[in-house]
Amino acid sequence: MSASAHDRLQAVLRTDRARILSSLIRTCGGDFDLAEEALHDAVVAATTQWPQRGVPDTLDAWLLQTARHKAIDAIRHDHHKREKLDELGYAPEVLHEEEELAPIPYDMLRLIFTCCHPALSEEARLALTLRTVVGLPTSDIARAFLVTEQTMAQRLVRAKKKIRDARIPYRVPERGDMPERLETVLLVIYLVFNEGYSASSGEQVVRRELCAHAIHIGRILSELMADETEVLGLLALMLLQDSRCEARTNEEGDLVLLRDQNRSLWDRVQIEEGLRLSSCVQGGESHGAYAIQASIAAEHARANHADDTDWREIVRLYRELLRVRPTPVVALNHAVATAMAYGAEEGLRLVDALREDLDEYGPFHASRADFCRTMERWDEAADAYERAIALSTNEPERRFLEGRLREAREASSN
Amino acid sequence: MQYLLLIYEDEKALHDRDEKTRIQVFDEYQAFTASVREADQFVAADALQPTTTATSVRVRDGRAITTDGPFAETKEQLGGFYLVQAKDLDEAISIAARIPSARFGTIEVRPIMTFG
Repeated sequence: MSASAHDRLQAVLRTDRARILSSLIRTCGGDFDLAEEALHDAVVAATTQWPQRGVPDTLDAWLLQTARHKAIDAIRHDHHKREKLDELGYAPEVLHEEEELAPIPYDMLRLIFTCCHPALSEEARLALTLRTVVGLPTSDIARAFLVTEQTMAQRLVRAKKKIRDARIPYRVPERGDMPERLETVLLVIYLVFNEGYSASSGEQVVRRELCAHAIHIGRILSELMADETEVLGLLALMLLQDSRCEARTNEEGDLVLLRDQNRSLWDRVQIEEGLRLSSCVQGGESHGAYAIQASIAAEHARANHADDTDWREIVRLYRELLRVRPTPVVALNHAVATAMAYGAEEGLRLVDALREDLDEYGPFHASRADFCRTMERWDEAADAYERAIALSTNEPERRFLEGRLREAREASSN
Repeated sequence: MQYLLLIYEDEKALHDRDEKTRIQVFDEYQAFTASVREADQFVAADALQPTTTATSVRVRDGRAITTDGPFAETKEQLGGFYLVQAKDLDEAISIAARIPSARFGTIEVRPIMTFG
């Protein structure tokens, strides 16, 4: 196969595979497997035909139409498939009448909402979204979530089986269901992002790349749902958090706190886009949780130096966040911001009220320890650091806390 | 496609419910059933007598073993069902969400197996 035709096929698959697949799944009556097989056959056809007959003018339309014909043939030869699709009103004749030649943007929304359907388990949603919307190979997804490829492959098979057997419809939810359904989509995207964000520099690249994949899905969603403030808010939040990526760990792979980060390592392009999106959202009336969190991240991004941070504004924003998301973790973050704005004693007072809810949560003890450290209450700090270390879930964080514990013990004995 | 909507509720809480709420829920069920019939979604429905009346039967090595009670002790118990016709899971879920017991207990939505 000539280099040019091969390159162009690879290029269109890289950029358009998800879009083509999203439209194909619709015309296959919501059958993911049928669509994937048909697309695979169309790609095989391209590798033989394009060098001989030349590369077509619109590559994505060619692939979509060819795959459609392959799907129609497959349905004709499999009478079970045919019966099922007839029942749904997707007879081959109907497929032939399909007027849209190229992928429809709206089909991407159908795909995203179906992959994130609440009837699928959370891990199924993550896997299916990364596989079909991002196009990650199963092996990469497996490594990203630290399971074997076989486990991940089975997870995908089960998810598609549930879609088929329970008949999860391939559609964008109706207005009435939209708030709840959009929330599940945004949560899936943010979960993917956090898996990548919490992966340290010592871990595999494929884990840290999850941030880029989450942002990619966020962008698609923001283009298709440009008037949803939470969609824009989430994208802004992810861009602003991701902008600090390079500064979060040092050469030894140790954690660097926000206040100690070298801000010249922050990605200014991402910050600019994040700030722009965030202020877009600020203009509106109701502020959802992601929009508020984006505003908080924006406050950090705007400060050229840690000392320039407007902590009082951040405290105000956390109070707003507590109204829409009254959880103990948000209350903890509010307490930390309060300490920065109004002193460690204030922070400690607020944080101690959360003990019952957060006693098993590492960051609770780490924050308490930090306040005690600021107030030079070394014994209390040491105890709290010990608790935090016992509950820590990642290596760089543990090393950091152990360093603080040593310091507290030393100061205590002096 | 048909779905079986299984209604699970805490029987004790149900038993302790005050008369006023009991009547209100009963009325809601009447209205709900009527609306499902109206929408051509109704296939069948029934309430079950409580699990104190249940008997479990197992046949092992050719012997029927009969015991008092439901097949498993659960926090919420099966109290009734609706068998409905719906075009997809979303439609079945929206019917299930309108079942009056949904706000007290749990509705399990199960597609009916189709063979062939």
